[in-house]
Amino acid sequence: MREQGVAVTGLGCVTPLGGDVASTWRAAVAGRSGVVRLPDAFGPELPVRIAAPLPQEPELSEVAERDLRRMDRGVVLALAAAREALTDAGLEASADFDHDRAGVAIASGIGGLSTILANHGRYLDRGPRRVSPFFIPMALANMPAGMVAIQHDLRGPNLCHVTACAASAHALGESAALIERGAADLMLAGGAEAAILELVMAGFANMQALSRRNDEPERASCPFDLKRDGFVLGEGAALLVLERSEHARARGARIHAYLRGYGASADAAHMANPSIESAGARRCIEAALLDAGLGPDDVGYVNAHATSTPAGDSVEAESLRRVFGPHIEALPVSSTKSMTGHLLGAAGALEALFSLKALATGTLPPTLNLDTPDPECALDHVAGKARAASARVALSNSFGFGGVNAALLFERGDT
Amino acid sequence: MSSQKSLEERLRELVVEQLGVSLDQVVPEASFTEDLGADSLDIVELVMTMEETFDIEIPDEEAEKIQTIGAALEHLKGKIESA
Repeated sequence: MREQGVAVTGLGCVTPLGGDVASTWRAAVAGRSGVVRLPDAFGPELPVRIAAPLPQEPELSEVAERDLRRMDRGVVLALAAAREALTDAGLEASADFDHDRAGVAIASGIGGLSTILANHGRYLDRGPRRVSPFFIPMALANMPAGMVAIQHDLRGPNLCHVTACAASAHALGESAALIERGAADLMLAGGAEAAILELVMAGFANMQALSRRNDEPERASCPFDLKRDGFVLGEGAALLVLERSEHARARGARIHAYLRGYGASADAAHMANPSIESAGARRCIEAALLDAGLGPDDVGYVNAHATSTPAGDSVEAESLRRVFGPHIEALPVSSTKSMTGHLLGAAGALEALFSLKALATGTLPPTLNLDTPDPECALDHVAGKARAASARVALSNSFGFGGVNAALLFERGDT
Repeated sequence: MSSQKSLEERLRELVVEQLGVSLDQVVPEASFTEDLGADSLDIVELVMTMEETFDIEIPDEEAEKIQTIGAALEHLKGKIESA
């Protein structure tokens, strides 16, 4: 990216750790887990009994009850995060900005699956005449972006990146690129995911992708640890306001950080398994460094993708060692998925948010449950407790099924 | 569902619930689109809910003619009394 990069002027989220940025960040720094045991009635036959749902439902008093009924849960989560991010950026309804040049990109991994399932049920039980006329628009993966644009009258580019667990990192990177090429002044970008559903749990469980540590929910997500046995499914939304730096400065906006570099690549190796041979992770991190005009030694914190799966975490650790060389010894790494679980299409944006909060506050959030680090994942782990560190640049990694990879580099802002 | 309530009361409550309007707006002459803010999808859903609630079938060509609360009530009376 040219010069300083794209400014991040607003943050918003609803996560398994809290209903907003402040509570989520507080919990992350305190090292609190959002993983809980699911009610017995939730898919009683499922082998996995744990997940990371929101601790409380978002409150959307500004949306009419009638409209809420016609929204998939993913849209509701996106609306809550969008309201916070825009307010944080000083872009409330009364603010003076060019709405035609303000866009939205809200990614999703899975889309409106709960809506699809509900209507499929109606179809099977009561026939085609009972399928809701709102089924199709409600279920579309891009409807969070669509409804957020309607709610806030944002008339610029409106997009939805659907690239599995890298989706919201792609949304951020591609939105920054849109701003750089002049297609928008600002983009509300990130992801929303509401996929804690029995069918989804069954599918991931049968891939052997989910942790089955049902009796110790808070200890189940343990990235980089020898005992790791899969990820924990989370839900939520995280959105960032990305803005052309000159635009942000001209209106006196507070700049949390700058998005300096973005890299994307494909493994082109396997539909679901990570691959060290294809160097997909390595190539996307290197592309981000090149984009930022930064060297490996400039990076002072890594928020890893590490989901707590046996294969994924070791491939990422090895990729980091190969990119950073000797600097890896002094490069703190943590995986906040140890606390939030895996938010799939919203994970990249939430971890981008954590990365830039780490830069802004000088506090690195920890990796929980890292009691016996896997020698294959040897890194400078921020294990167990948050660490004070004055990093200037942070790397946030996101990888997904389909062999998709994204890397984002943030640089500390003015505050 | 209470059988004490008249057909009209049940219809009005259904419209209030579906369209998020207040009960005093739901008068016989009120048009679903003009007065109650319904769009084409709302009307499809409303007709579907009427079918379910009153256990009747409203073919599409008949549904098109139901444009006001009064018309809906007449339609329901016809269907239910002839059943």
